[in-house]
Amino acid sequence: MARDSQAALVALNRFGFGARGGASGDLINASSDPRGFVKAELARPNGVLLEAPGLQSTPQLGQAVFAYQDQVKQAREAAKAAAPAETPAQAPGDQKPGLRRNLSLNAAAEISGQMADARPAENTARPEAMQPNAAPPAAKPAPQPLNVIQKTFRAEALARLQRATLVECGFTERLVAFWSNHFCISASKGELARIWAGAFEREAIRPHVLGRFADMLRAVEQHPAMLFFLDNQQSLGPDSRAGQNRKRGLNENLAREIMELHTLGVGGGYTQGDVTSLARIITGWTFAGRQGQLGTPGSFVFNTNAHQPGPQMLLGKTYEPTGLAQGEAALADLARHPSTANFIAAKFVRHFVADDPPPALVARLRDVFVKTDGDLKALATALVDSDEAWRAPLTKMRSPYDFLVASGRLLARVPEDPGLYLNSLNLLGQPLWSPAGPNGFPDTSAAWAAPEGMKLRLDIAAQLGARLGNNIDPLDLLEFAAADAASIETRKTIERAESRQQALALLLMSPEMQRR
Amino acid sequence: MIDCVENRLLTSRRRLLLGGASFAAWAYLPKFARAADGRDPRLIVVILRGALDGLSTIAPIGDPDYAGLHGSIALAADGAHPAIMLDSFFALHPAMPEFARMYRDRHAAVIHAVATPYRDRSHFDGQDVLESGYAGPGRVQSGWLNRALEALPRGERVSSGLAVGPTTPLVLRGNAPTVGWAPVALPQADDDTAMRLVELYRHRDPALASALSQGLQLDKVASGDDMKATRGNAVAQMRQVARGAAKLMAADDGPRIAALAFDGWDTHANEGGPVGRLAFLLGGLDGALAEFESGLGNRWRDTVAVVATEFGRTARINGTDGTDHGTATVALLAGGAVKGGRVISDWPGLKLANLYEGRDLKPTTDLRSVIKGVLQDQFGLSDRVLAETVFPDSASARPVKGLVT
Repeated sequence: MARDSQAALVALNRFGFGARGGASGDLINASSDPRGFVKAELARPNGVLLEAPGLQSTPQLGQAVFAYQDQVKQAREAAKAAAPAETPAQAPGDQKPGLRRNLSLNAAAEISGQMADARPAENTARPEAMQPNAAPPAAKPAPQPLNVIQKTFRAEALARLQRATLVECGFTERLVAFWSNHFCISASKGELARIWAGAFEREAIRPHVLGRFADMLRAVEQHPAMLFFLDNQQSLGPDSRAGQNRKRGLNENLAREIMELHTLGVGGGYTQGDVTSLARIITGWTFAGRQGQLGTPGSFVFNTNAHQPGPQMLLGKTYEPTGLAQGEAALADLARHPSTANFIAAKFVRHFVADDPPPALVARLRDVFVKTDGDLKALATALVDSDEAWRAPLTKMRSPYDFLVASGRLLARVPEDPGLYLNSLNLLGQPLWSPAGPNGFPDTSAAWAAPEGMKLRLDIAAQLGARLGNNIDPLDLLEFAAADAASIETRKTIERAESRQQALALLLMSPEMQRR
Repeated sequence: MIDCVENRLLTSRRRLLLGGASFAAWAYLPKFARAADGRDPRLIVVILRGALDGLSTIAPIGDPDYAGLHGSIALAADGAHPAIMLDSFFALHPAMPEFARMYRDRHAAVIHAVATPYRDRSHFDGQDVLESGYAGPGRVQSGWLNRALEALPRGERVSSGLAVGPTTPLVLRGNAPTVGWAPVALPQADDDTAMRLVELYRHRDPALASALSQGLQLDKVASGDDMKATRGNAVAQMRQVARGAAKLMAADDGPRIAALAFDGWDTHANEGGPVGRLAFLLGGLDGALAEFESGLGNRWRDTVAVVATEFGRTARINGTDGTDHGTATVALLAGGAVKGGRVISDWPGLKLANLYEGRDLKPTTDLRSVIKGVLQDQFGLSDRVLAETVFPDSASARPVKGLVT
């Protein structure tokens, strides 16, 4: 088959994380068989799983948080006893999303510093001590040792970033990111959410990315991270024993988002009555606390005492009081609902193909979803097999995460420290696993091609260029990234740059690297 | 034109920083530092990336063809911003009063019509040759300054305050360990890069052009807002890097041999004459040299700063009041150890027949000879090391004698 660089760009950028630099041969491989290149990963469902030394299960991590919180509490009480007037030590940990703009651009400087890791051993000292100029900025406070929550979050992030950087095409990792954003939690909810964010994706998303939607839905809604994020562990059936005892009741948060965001979609045919019903149905879905009365601390449990007794009517169907099975039956039906098929197909196509998804393609994928009972591998395959996905121009804007990963791949830099990515993502408005709301990060080009975002991307690209430009030939990289699919203007802009450093920045910012 | 950035847009960003300014140094003291004779030589190499217009920096006002070729941007000995006469023939750009003072004090010198052995006009390859010290471009991973360090006796490690810089220029990269420093707040992309990108987007991706332009607050600047302050900031940034570097190098246990790189010299359009874009950059360079002088204090006496660029620019201005990639240019020397007060040049003349390929100032001095002369006088490196290791295959480019006191 003749080489087709344009199709290779679709394969690598629309479906994947972009070509890897070095000797990967990605662009050549993708151009000789673009569809095959993308679909190869679909044949390896186990490749979607992510296991790395030190990554722990959700119950283990929950227990670590409980232990950590106990320590902090003890330390605080000890301090109070010693000096009653002293203010309690601030628990280190969660960054509030509102603070992210305050992360100074120094974060970006750090970013590229860490990305430029291939240096002689002599050169590995940290740059903290250098303030020789006349007006030194305020001294940094001594860095506090990371607590178990922060360490875990960074380890989870690193494992994900390394996978994304190393994987061949990246289609399955893009699918993971898609589903993870669809069923998002936010690490900024609290310590448990932060420590569980990575495990949630590994345990609830990845096993089902090439499996069935219904299975993913159940895994997600029963995962302690989701139950915590959307408050279901606080929701009590009003007529349940616990509800009666504690004079508390329903929290509709999770039930509403299940229908609005996870399955039917807004306007998907449900009413407030349905929300309340579903909320009742899933009362008792919680996780065991630190005392472990309900089960292994930090694991999903069904708490009969909190479960609303009696049958419930949801979307015109009666669900008999079968305990946990009542909710599972409701989820299974929601997964199979026509609105869900529509909602998922449109969102899927919008993510991969165009902000205005081609209706025929959406309809076809909806049919596949319905016919296969939500087989997500079939869905992905149908997308790759479609003509539309290959014909549509590459107009989608890479999200900050996609942009950083694509840059790291092209520069053949395997992340060793997640800090650079995490700082950049904060700066660019896509803090990892921490969207502002349960609807996840936006998925339209307009959201990511915003003026401030573009300026910050450029600043980050310029820093990467300054740090790494010495080592690379930008025109070689352009060959890896786009070859003859690169526009003449981009090629000339890079050729005519006044330095390699500038050329690299321009390459990373070129439409070929920004659009997918 | 894609490579020519409109000057009216150039200085438009409100918080302009020279993102390309960087400093790195040898991690060790030369063993002969603090030797018995009290001489403690220091060397600063300043790389100007983008190709400096030597004919605008040190203008050959006495050459009858200069004014015609350099046209609207030519310097003159009279007018509102007269160039500073260095002798009866050459005049210094008026944006460089500090260098003029050093020259008068015989602590600064100019070498004109100088070039590396590179004769094509690609920035990347030209910078490769300039910084690697090899005769031609290639995938070289070490620079001539680093290889010179390897030939020096290594003493104690320099001050522990130094760390990995944001970038080590190729000239100082290699086996000899280096350290670096950068002002903390240096993360913004420079205007030139931003404008090139806006230009690319305008051709290929108008939506991104619009977004980025807004992000850069171009609209505000196009209306002329805040230009002065912006330029001031840029110069201040160049000075800031030099000031920090000088302070480090002044310390007893500070580095003795360092390299800086300043970007942004690719003046294809609206280069400006006595005032304008190049003037503003030269003002920054001038300020940086002054910072070294004041920051090094007594040590300036033993210091040589070498300012070099990958190649020069066309003798004749182009259609956008700028200059395109050329060949020969100037090298500047400054420092208390420089035997200064002279413009060293075997002037080739600017008659059409004398121009290299009918367009560029013809090289008559090999830049390697100049640098070899400095390295030899400052650090006692032998002809052989210089010709084989530091600048491989450069035996024909003999060190220029007597550049250093």
